[in-house]
Amino acid sequence: MTTTNFLRMKKWKMTGIIILLLAITYGSSMITDFDVMKGIKSIPGTIAWIATNLIPDAAAMENLPKVLSRLWETIILSVIASTTAAVCAFFFAIFGSKTTQINRILAFSTRLIASVFRNIPVVAWALVLVISFGHNVVTGYFALFISTFGTLVRMFMETIDEASADGVEALNATGATYFQMVFKGVLPDTMPQMLSWLFYMIETNIRSATLIGLLTGTGIGYLFDLHYKRLDYGTLGLITLSIIVVVIAIEFTSNKVRRMIL
Amino acid sequence: MMSTITLDRPTEQVTSKEASIAAQTVLELRNIEKSYDMKTLIIKDIDLQLKQGEFVSIIGPSGAGKSTLLRCINRMIEPSSGDIIFDGTNITQLSKSALRKQRTKIGMVFQHYNLVSRLTVFENVLHGRFGYKSTLQGILGLYTEEEKMLALSILEKLGMKDHVYKRCDQLSGGQKQRVGIARALVQQPKLLLCDEPIASLDPNSSKVIMDHLKEISQSMGITVLVNLHQVDVALKYSDRIIGLNRGSKLFDDLPKRLSQMDIRNIYGAEVDELIFE
Repeated sequence: MTTTNFLRMKKWKMTGIIILLLAITYGSSMITDFDVMKGIKSIPGTIAWIATNLIPDAAAMENLPKVLSRLWETIILSVIASTTAAVCAFFFAIFGSKTTQINRILAFSTRLIASVFRNIPVVAWALVLVISFGHNVVTGYFALFISTFGTLVRMFMETIDEASADGVEALNATGATYFQMVFKGVLPDTMPQMLSWLFYMIETNIRSATLIGLLTGTGIGYLFDLHYKRLDYGTLGLITLSIIVVVIAIEFTSNKVRRMIL
Repeated sequence: MMSTITLDRPTEQVTSKEASIAAQTVLELRNIEKSYDMKTLIIKDIDLQLKQGEFVSIIGPSGAGKSTLLRCINRMIEPSSGDIIFDGTNITQLSKSALRKQRTKIGMVFQHYNLVSRLTVFENVLHGRFGYKSTLQGILGLYTEEEKMLALSILEKLGMKDHVYKRCDQLSGGQKQRVGIARALVQQPKLLLCDEPIASLDPNSSKVIMDHLKEISQSMGITVLVNLHQVDVALKYSDRIIGLNRGSKLFDDLPKRLSQMDIRNIYGAEVDELIFE
């Protein structure tokens, strides 16, 4: 095959893929009766509606103290859930990681547990836990804890595998005990990366906590639900804005802290 | 400088007649074999004796089993069969905790230094004391004044006095390797296992490292076993050379007895031009 032929083949392949994607989009909108053009046309109207209704007015601002106290509750909940999950996840990650595993059976079972926890969506956990714990903060805590734990075990395990095989070998050769090796060989080199993941999970959890609050009747999610049902869109806008501000603030702090410890 | 500081070592068993022999022979390997898949042997029936203060090099082509053999000695890799008698104890049968105790007397130096890069030189060197400590003492970093002095004096001896409080990721390769050696020496070992200690270093740093290792074997009486792939370096520094090919020991004698024919046997016929270019 000549080079021109080779390149031409590649171009044909690319064209084929694009045509296929277009066909899939068109086909699925046919089946679901979704009019793409109508969807695009309604965008300006939506923006206008948001601009007129979701901008917090004076009446909505009166709700600010209430919003802030609920938001604080949500922040605290996600911080507590994330940090406790991180501590547990660290130990599970150590037992599950290839470099620090004690034996294969324990490693396999920790990975399995983490995988189950991770792959069930946080909303599903909340719905299930509401039945056993009722509509309160504890339900929200456990739902966040479980899904955060599952995700962090996976992330921590990868961090440990990447960073510390050499140091682990050296410490084992000096006659160090298992936990000396973990705390002095693995932890120092993986700490910054793991803290990064923890901050990321705190951010994610503030967003998730809002959603879980809808289901469990707690935190900012509860307030959101309440004002949504009252058609009080001004306050709804206020709530949304405050969530955005908090998430950005946390992202900003986490970046700063990360740079400090690196 | 070094001799002024001595730490209590776990009491060594000395019994009458055997004492003189035990003091001579630090390590003895008997019929060591290693196989990962029960079919092919990585290490074939190796017998080996190392005396106190001896400097011995293992040479051989890549994949000859040099690293595997070295790691079998402190059971970082579990040998499939055979006996390892170290310091008068057969360590092949030892339990995990007893093995840990024995490992404190075997220092190890690695090709990639294997330091905890975000910790300081001082902390990394003190890691060599973990084998003498309880888990909690180690985790909390509780070192005695003597241990800290020992670490400092070793670092000074290796010319690393100015870098004690530097983080290891700021050091050059040669400096990192000296930290690696210091960590091994702070264990107060009887045997030093060095796995390709100069393979990632430039010629100048290589010389510094090899000189230090030679000095350690001569002045401190520590047996040094080094994996090398440079024949010329092995010839220059060793008291004895061991040639390994495909897991078998083909040569075990003084450097001056290593003939071109031996080298050809060890490395295979085609590569002799590479070694004597």
